[in-house]
Amino acid sequence: MVRTCEAQTRLSKLFQKMSLEMYLDLFSQPCRSVYIFAKKNDIQFDYKKISLFEGYQYSEEYGKINLLRKAPAIKDGDFCLAESVAIMLYLAEKFHTPDHWYPADLQKRARVNEYLSWQHSAIRIHGSKMLWFKLLIPKALGVEIPKEKIDNAVEDLNASLNLFEEKFLQDRPFIVGDQISLADLVAIVEIMQPVGAGMDVFENRPNLKAWKDRVRAEIGVELFDEAHQAILCAQESVKTMDPKRMEHFKPIILRYFLS
Amino acid sequence: MPLELYLDLHSQPCRSVFLFAQINKIPFEFKAVDLSAGEQYGEEFGKVSIIRKVPVLKDGDFILTESIAILQYLAAKHRTPDHWYPADLQKRARVDEFLSWQHTNIRTHGSKVFWFRGVVPAVTGAPVSKEKMDAAVEDLNASLKTFEDKFLQSRPFIIGDKISLADLVAIVEIMQPVGTGLDVFQGRPVLSAWRDRVKKELGVEVFDEAHKVIMNVDTLPQTFEKKGLPEFLKLKLQKMFN
Repeated sequence: MVRTCEAQTRLSKLFQKMSLEMYLDLFSQPCRSVYIFAKKNDIQFDYKKISLFEGYQYSEEYGKINLLRKAPAIKDGDFCLAESVAIMLYLAEKFHTPDHWYPADLQKRARVNEYLSWQHSAIRIHGSKMLWFKLLIPKALGVEIPKEKIDNAVEDLNASLNLFEEKFLQDRPFIVGDQISLADLVAIVEIMQPVGAGMDVFENRPNLKAWKDRVRAEIGVELFDEAHQAILCAQESVKTMDPKRMEHFKPIILRYFLS
Repeated sequence: MPLELYLDLHSQPCRSVFLFAQINKIPFEFKAVDLSAGEQYGEEFGKVSIIRKVPVLKDGDFILTESIAILQYLAAKHRTPDHWYPADLQKRARVDEFLSWQHTNIRTHGSKVFWFRGVVPAVTGAPVSKEKMDAAVEDLNASLKTFEDKFLQSRPFIIGDKISLADLVAIVEIMQPVGTGLDVFQGRPVLSAWRDRVKKELGVEVFDEAHKVIMNVDTLPQTFEKKGLPEFLKLKLQKMFN
């Protein structure tokens, strides 16, 4: 009787684990944070690899998963969820991940929330812009960006990085203190994006570089590098991107970045 | 030492924090920060927050920025009613999903329209180009459509039968362009009905009190004439139109 119950529990746990689908394109920063978080915490999931450049997010099929038509998205049984921050908070809670990721302590948690909120309109936007301006728009869309716009974008990114170092990191090993949290994970994937465009954001920023090395070690070098393989090969892979394939997005992209 | 909230009610995230504290009877000292005078760039405010934005919370020695973080902190610390930020895993995820999405959608586009209609003409004396204005309004409309199609649908509130932080943050952002005379609720009966529900849940009086300054934004030209134009504003506008 006991053995049957045990077997049933194992089966249902296995079923539960495999019923989590994650729709990811590792070219995208928020996909990387979700991927790393799940893998690091041994959360079993069905990896649904999608291609944003090929426009899968606009398909009818994907619309049923995420009407916002962005990645990442998850489908846990019948429950669909978008937005990487929401996804990671959900996974942290559901799978009871170690406290340091999203501390129960009121003030520590507030610090994580503070960073997760700030980054949307700061590092995320400015880092993304660098990849598009320096690489994707000129190489994949064949449109040159005026130097002034690029200079402004670099200035904005530097301002964000300065604030990151002065306010969020300071002289601490990690954003919230001695241990890595979701804040560091979200920060690192965003900061790596302009690196993919050939911009060495760590040059002349020894504190930032030391933090990056710490974060990479905490996550695990293999997992970190695996997650970042696509973005770090961006300069190469963009050469094989068919501009005709991206023609559909050209007006959307140009309007978003150049208006 | 009482809780201090550094606020300028012209700012959407300040309104959500203000409303949340008022409704939940969380005692606080209202520390006014005059954004139109550039006070956020002053030396004194710099000691509070080097990010130089509002709102800011100061709870004893603990200083916290970002309205979302502040709302989550206050909800936890003061054990506000569950519906604001439900303990239920999936309901909470839905609130988090909206709070995350809104940053670069409704917030960005509502703010832009507010700047284009309310601030830029007050500073430069001239309207923004039709092309730029139309694009900004189009983006706002797209965000509002997504809000209705995905976040609200046919529910009374974003996550169901009860108001949450999601509705609070949504309403203050959606009200921003309204202050400049753009009635986003016109022709949107579902959105209007939701607004009325939210207003009622929050309390009409406190809602109107929070939104008083933004509904009087056409006095901005006189404000700038009287106080002069702060440097940051000139730079911001320069960058905006580059």
